[in-house]
Amino acid sequence: MSGLKVVFWKELADYLGSRKFLILFIIILISAISIVFILSQNIGEYSSEISKDYVFLNFFTISLGALPSFIFFVSFFGPLIGIIFGFDAINSERSKGTMSTVLSQPIYRDTLINGKFLAGFATISIMLISIILIILGLELGVLGIVPNLEEISRIIVFFIASVIYIGFWMSLGILFSIIFRQTTTSALVSVMMWIFFAFFVLMISSVIADQVAPLNQNSTLEMVAKNENIKSMIMHISPVVLFQEITIALLNPSARAFGISALIKGSNLLPTPLPLTQSLMVIWPQFVGLIALMLICFAVSYVIFMRQEIRAT
Amino acid sequence: MKTVILEAKNLTKVYNHTKVVDSINLQIEEGEIFGFLGPNGAGKTTTILMALGLTEPSSGEINVFGYNSTKEPLKVKKVTSYLPENVGFYEDLTAQENLKYITRLNGIPDKKADKKIEEVLEIVGLSEVAKTEVGKFSKGMKQRLGMGAVLVKEPRLAILDEPTTGIDPKGVEEILELIVRMSRERNITVLLSSHLLYQVQKICTKIGIISQGRIVAQGSIKEIGKSLLKDEKENLLEIKVANKLTSTIMESIKKIEGVMEVEKKSPDHSLEEIYIKYFREE
Repeated sequence: MSGLKVVFWKELADYLGSRKFLILFIIILISAISIVFILSQNIGEYSSEISKDYVFLNFFTISLGALPSFIFFVSFFGPLIGIIFGFDAINSERSKGTMSTVLSQPIYRDTLINGKFLAGFATISIMLISIILIILGLELGVLGIVPNLEEISRIIVFFIASVIYIGFWMSLGILFSIIFRQTTTSALVSVMMWIFFAFFVLMISSVIADQVAPLNQNSTLEMVAKNENIKSMIMHISPVVLFQEITIALLNPSARAFGISALIKGSNLLPTPLPLTQSLMVIWPQFVGLIALMLICFAVSYVIFMRQEIRAT
Repeated sequence: MKTVILEAKNLTKVYNHTKVVDSINLQIEEGEIFGFLGPNGAGKTTTILMALGLTEPSSGEINVFGYNSTKEPLKVKKVTSYLPENVGFYEDLTAQENLKYITRLNGIPDKKADKKIEEVLEIVGLSEVAKTEVGKFSKGMKQRLGMGAVLVKEPRLAILDEPTTGIDPKGVEEILELIVRMSRERNITVLLSSHLLYQVQKICTKIGIISQGRIVAQGSIKEIGKSLLKDEKENLLEIKVANKLTSTIMESIKKIEGVMEVEKKSPDHSLEEIYIKYFREE
């Protein structure tokens, strides 16, 4: 076996056997099951909200009163899952003294970090696949609805986007685990980044937009558009926003634009669902942006790790 | 002539403009137990890391088995075992699983590895806790497992960085005995870094003393002792007294003109003497 394979399997076994994986898995599983059950019990009441062509996808998107939708769960808790998997990847090896033992074996230094990244992605994929399959199974069993091909391909793309999204947060966690020697520091900084991207970006974007293009009662449509553009430009540095738009377009086939342009365009368009390829065209920039953010995190981690000194002191 | 296994030539490492290792020249021959001595921060660990290719030298080079450690680290690491200071293991894996990870990283096939691991755990006296999680091990047990990790890949050179720090005297004895056995029975060359002189004197065949990044002495303990005290010996007169050396005799000798110092002397130079001589100024 080559070094990378060995590290990969060991890390994967560590992840899957860890308590943190078990706890996260149970939490997500319970929420997914309860959403499907409540929705299937009350499907009559929501018939007006359910799109007739894509009944299956509704289970991912509809929120029921107090209970949020499944995609909300993923976009909200996904970052936490990623961070939990990543934040102590390197600095715990350092503080426990295992890193010098491993790196003194005949492997290259990047084998360790590559193995960790790959194992992290594999864990996230296993987690998501099993949950999506459980939801699908429940829907099939409880309601007897069979998804059509279009729906299945949308769910597959949604799965890929979710892996990249959670993978971004894991990469960010790993990056901080390389930069900071203390696991508590890396955990705190990762969570701060999550809060920033999930909540503060929205506030900051409107504050800046109002500074640059202030609006009042006499504002022209151009001014409103400019304000909105600035806001969305700033908002789109956040992976949370990117992921939310991706999931909306994927799981709600009639979505064709976001922000102000959705309001303007949407008013005189028929809400006919788009085929998957068209939906992909809508979210292509967001998709590329999300992948780029993840790759940047990985590249920066890689470079810093390769240049770091091994010794702990 | 014995083959040179580890050779450093003008090896230098600069951290933040200070020379942590300063043009070191070092030679270790096959079968030696080489004691690498020096106070904390003298550059021992940095030299070791450069030997393993885990840190790049600023200038000069270090070769292990003829391979350049910087350019061919994998070939060096294949035949060299390293026991880091404060060795760590994955705490939720068992002793056996930890060693298995090491054998796998070394590309040793599982079947052969299983036998080897069993044998090694027997040698270090951990057979009974082979299936216990390392998190439950004492410091001494972890250190012994560290020795197991050194042995399991069947190295030709073992680099041990402070292998006896923080363990009780009995544990120290066991580790030292293991090192000697390892060297004799398996013909493994050993580089032992330490600042515990008594141990080094007990088992090392040769020593190198490093101070502030420079090798200040290298050779067998006898050789160094001789060369170190040579200058003084020319002005030295040894006197043997018939009966017991009393203070009155010493006093009267001291009264003779030209006598600088009168001292009771032990028969041999201990390593302690040598060491203290070098680090008196610090």
